[in-house]
Amino acid sequence: MACIEAKGLTKTFGATTALAGIDLKVEEGKILGLIGPNGAGKSTLLNAALGLIPYEGELKVLGRDPWTARDTLMRDVCFIADVAVLPRWMRVHQALDYVQGVHPRFDRARAEAFLAKTQIKKTSKVRELSKGMVTQLHLALVMAIDAKLLVLDEPTLGLDLLYRKQFYDTLLNDYFDHSRTIIVTTHQVEEIQQILTDMTFINHGRIVLDCSMDEFETRYVELTVKPDNLAAARALGPINERQVLGRSILLFDRVDREKLAPLGEVRTPSIADLFVAVMTAPQGAAQ
Amino acid sequence: MSVSSVVETEAARPTAAASSTSPFYWSVRREIWEYRSIYLAPLIAAGLVVLGFFVRAAHLPALVRETENLPPVAQMLRLAVPFSITALAITLTGLIVAFFYCLGALYNERRDRSILFWKSLPVSNTTTVLSKVFVALAVIPAVVFLVTLATQLIMLLIGTAVLAANGVSAATLWANWPFVKMAALFAYILVVMILWYAPIAGWLLLVSAYARSMAILWAVLPPLGLIIAERIALDTSYVADLVDYRLNGFMSLAFYYKKGMTLGDPLALATPAHFFGSPGLWSGLAVAAALIVAAIWLRRNREPI
Repeated sequence: MACIEAKGLTKTFGATTALAGIDLKVEEGKILGLIGPNGAGKSTLLNAALGLIPYEGELKVLGRDPWTARDTLMRDVCFIADVAVLPRWMRVHQALDYVQGVHPRFDRARAEAFLAKTQIKKTSKVRELSKGMVTQLHLALVMAIDAKLLVLDEPTLGLDLLYRKQFYDTLLNDYFDHSRTIIVTTHQVEEIQQILTDMTFINHGRIVLDCSMDEFETRYVELTVKPDNLAAARALGPINERQVLGRSILLFDRVDREKLAPLGEVRTPSIADLFVAVMTAPQGAAQ
Repeated sequence: MSVSSVVETEAARPTAAASSTSPFYWSVRREIWEYRSIYLAPLIAAGLVVLGFFVRAAHLPALVRETENLPPVAQMLRLAVPFSITALAITLTGLIVAFFYCLGALYNERRDRSILFWKSLPVSNTTTVLSKVFVALAVIPAVVFLVTLATQLIMLLIGTAVLAANGVSAATLWANWPFVKMAALFAYILVVMILWYAPIAGWLLLVSAYARSMAILWAVLPPLGLIIAERIALDTSYVADLVDYRLNGFMSLAFYYKKGMTLGDPLALATPAHFFGSPGLWSGLAVAAALIVAAIWLRRNREPI
């Protein structure tokens, strides 16, 4: 069963179109990076999937309609969003008590074991914790829930590098297994490149690119071209060209590595570079 | 992923036994954690009352001696005053707390964006809103009731001790504040107020779920504007009368008192049959239910501010 299935998913706020007909299928066991510029519709898509906003079109999350079945869906879905802050007045032990009291799949011992590895005191109030610690606390709560889908919307925004690295390491080592699905959005794309199994680029409320990481690695090639070969390389139809320290770097889609290798240095691009190429390209050029 | 592999991974993972949960109970608990004024404000009011009574206690022996020769009604009117004032002060505190509680209950969670955290848990909007109604209409009155009784008991004990130390019998004092009967009367008053004021709580919760800022203005200005507009346009005062009826109307329905009536049995003043048979009560409760349903709908649809 697909974890998320959307067909013609549309959402408008007054005159602005946030989602302009999204078709998306996320299979179970994937770690999907949802990548797009500010205002692209990422959060709207996630909010629709979490039953926080009504929408038009078809959307099923774990086989349920999130808008009409949010309260039961939340037994199987967790989310951490930069904007979904923990209440500042709450004490750590109150947060544990509350989640234990309302969530049938919460394993308190697991959350406490995770918290024991941090500097967080159980009597502290959320407002007394640093932003990094609040995220650790939220992660501790979420990781102790035996959920099928975890949605992370800019979970590490405003955290320093150490916390960010620790966040994703913990997630991957202690939480993820192949029966769970994780969807993550972040602007620090390079930090999650290694953990993703799939990625989806979204812009202006549409899906611009949707591929697995395996496909990404075979499809896209970046060539740091030798100056003499520039014309020959351009003839092969790069989707993007940029200058770094006086050298031209060309990005190719579905062009044989064998053909490119003689023209310069060949490697797999970073998601960030592909993102820039796709977002600055004319509509549909990268498809 | 094929069906068989799904089954496999499901079996491989030790499925945590779904533990029993009680979302309503924990939703009420979290309200009391968040709004500590629910119990702190009545306690502070009670503390001030006890302090005041303690300071005045030195005059008590003289007062009791003076009143011993007065007729029973005059005696009660003078000796019962501190105890009725206690009930009045703590009830008023509770009303103020409940007013601001309702006004903030669905507003603050949107303003501090914690609503997204609450909504990330399997607790329905209906459970959440009803837990807030429960706090306003059951928890706060219960706190008022218990704190008031405890305060009055402490005052009776202080009074008894002071009188005993001055060689005056405390019997007059206890006779003029029949504790159990007064507690029963107070419970009746609170139940009447809860039921009568339910639509006001519903209105405040609806405003709380709707307002993007300054909830208090949304709560107060529309009725005030209607009153003024009606007065100017039609020179009538139907809205003003309606508001007045909703604020004060319960007194004449729930109690009957005529000048010169004996106060021997305070419970005799209560007219529950009259109150529970009044259309004003039931229409008010219907309005309250409609407002609460609207607040639930809004909580589902509103976004953080």
